[in-house]
Amino acid sequence: MHHPGTNNKVFKKINDNFEWSSENFKKISEIIKKYPPNRIQSAVIPLLDLAQRQNNGWLSKNSMEKVAETLSMSYIRVLEVATFYSMFNLEPIGKNFVQICRTTPCWLRGSDKLSKVAQEVCETNIGETSDDEIFTVVEVECLGACCNAPMVQINDDYYEDLDEESFKKILQDLKDNKSIKVGSQIGRKSSQPERKFDA
Amino acid sequence: MLKEKDKIFKNLYGFEDWKLEGAKKRGIWSNTKELIKMGSEKIVEEIKNSQLRGRGGAGFPAGLKWSFMPKNSGKDHYLVVNADESEPGTCKDREIMRNDPHLLLEGCLVAAFAMHAHTCYIYIRGEYYSESSNLQKAIDEAYANNLIGKNACGTGWDFDIYLHRGAGAYICGEETALLESLEGKKGQPRLKPPFPAGAGLYGCPTTVTNVETVAVSPTILRRGSKWFADLGSANNTGTKIFSISGHVNNPCNVEEEMGIPLKELIEKHAGGVIGGWENLLAVIPGGASVPLLPKSICDTVKMDFDSLKEVQSGLGTAAVIVMNKSTDIVEAIARLSHFYKHESCGQCTPCREGTGWMYRMMEKMVHGNVEHQDIDKILDVTKQIEGHTICALGDAAAWPIQGLFRHFRPEIEKRIQERKIRVA
Repeated sequence: MHHPGTNNKVFKKINDNFEWSSENFKKISEIIKKYPPNRIQSAVIPLLDLAQRQNNGWLSKNSMEKVAETLSMSYIRVLEVATFYSMFNLEPIGKNFVQICRTTPCWLRGSDKLSKVAQEVCETNIGETSDDEIFTVVEVECLGACCNAPMVQINDDYYEDLDEESFKKILQDLKDNKSIKVGSQIGRKSSQPERKFDA
Repeated sequence: MLKEKDKIFKNLYGFEDWKLEGAKKRGIWSNTKELIKMGSEKIVEEIKNSQLRGRGGAGFPAGLKWSFMPKNSGKDHYLVVNADESEPGTCKDREIMRNDPHLLLEGCLVAAFAMHAHTCYIYIRGEYYSESSNLQKAIDEAYANNLIGKNACGTGWDFDIYLHRGAGAYICGEETALLESLEGKKGQPRLKPPFPAGAGLYGCPTTVTNVETVAVSPTILRRGSKWFADLGSANNTGTKIFSISGHVNNPCNVEEEMGIPLKELIEKHAGGVIGGWENLLAVIPGGASVPLLPKSICDTVKMDFDSLKEVQSGLGTAAVIVMNKSTDIVEAIARLSHFYKHESCGQCTPCREGTGWMYRMMEKMVHGNVEHQDIDKILDVTKQIEGHTICALGDAAAWPIQGLFRHFRPEIEKRIQERKIRVA
């Protein structure tokens, strides 16, 4: 199954320029302070995350070279980290990165149906980006919200206790640029046992 | 059933304020200075006496682990909190971090002091974005109120906590892979020895411990080891957060006493199995890595380390995955095999090659598309992997398959037979 975070090829892009934004440049000095002065390589994951956010959700060759330069690491050391961790996308993704959990606890509660819904509404296949570049849809392994299964991560947020209908609505609202509600879609708080009341 | 007054996690669902003000109302940070004044040896002694076993899956005695840290190493010591919660079925640490982060932070101070560490890193899985943002806010509050930082809580102990987000790798929940990752490398497990207590993060004495283990420790010290040890049974003491998912009416996280019967746990807290208890097929009692149990065992088994070990499974992270009779049990386990194939770090050959081979075989088994002797072949392969890799991921990939064939072998044999008849 294709996933932009698990391929090992660096995407070729023409005019690939990457410089830290001034805001991120400030953040970097704060991040590096977390680690001992001679151990700043520890900041490679946080910096790749920052670079990916600045670069519309994926890492280009230049952005990884910039991380390497910033941390005085060789490029290959950065690349091997970027390829190892599934959250680093090595090719462009759509505006909404839809990650559907497929592991057993979500599957038991109908994650397969969610994959179908996503393909229909987003008009793309699993592992691909829609033509309008509004959605990239992938199936992923356990996201650690099993008591709120089935669930989906879209960009940074979790959408939980889904069914076909509520998921369809979320995707349609994203398509129509409407705001959507994060978290449980059946109005329960966290993973409380009682479903009916809201605090 | 666990009494309300014996609950440690009073804001598990986030009905109350998770920030410092709310945390203080729940008694967190109330007399931390006195706890620290007990001295590190006494703290470790109390944790030992409480018989607290690590909540991350392996169930190693926590006090003993803490006592492995050297006293005068001359190096920096580190406490590393393992918040890389990724075991399928498990979502308990998430609730602690987003709904009661100060409980964890106070635990960090106490645990770090006990192991002579001035620095703590909390390694949280990258996908937990909103959880990490709550936790970071709580850390900022704790610094602003001098609960951590220089002279933390007025104890004279300087203590820093740093949050470090991972980037999507199950293997980083393995302690040495986590340390590699924290050092800015691929998360591939290290050979042991040396153990982290001798040479861990940056080559310094380090203890890696689960969120829940750290979070319960201040309450144990406050209420006394005897209180904790009196809950549950000997060697399986205290309370535990159970994550109940799958085919139940109300999937939930719930704090309960160790040793609660599985049936009671599911019926009292999770609204019962969908379709009733008689509709139960099997339960995975401790997260994806442990072998499943058929209904006949689920009827009576107790949820603790030793009782589950006796029935050839394990408590693991206490993530209870319930499957009723509508489940294709072979597909359920094949999905887990896919998970392990995806998450193998690729360092050891038996795991790198074995997880992929087992997954492909399991996918064929779903449709009965194998020969009868392939069952013994796959079981043999699981034995070749188990115990022959640096870390336990190989074992974790092998056990669910072994569990499936231990209890559901006739089901697969039936599928093979049916396919043969179809083809003929």
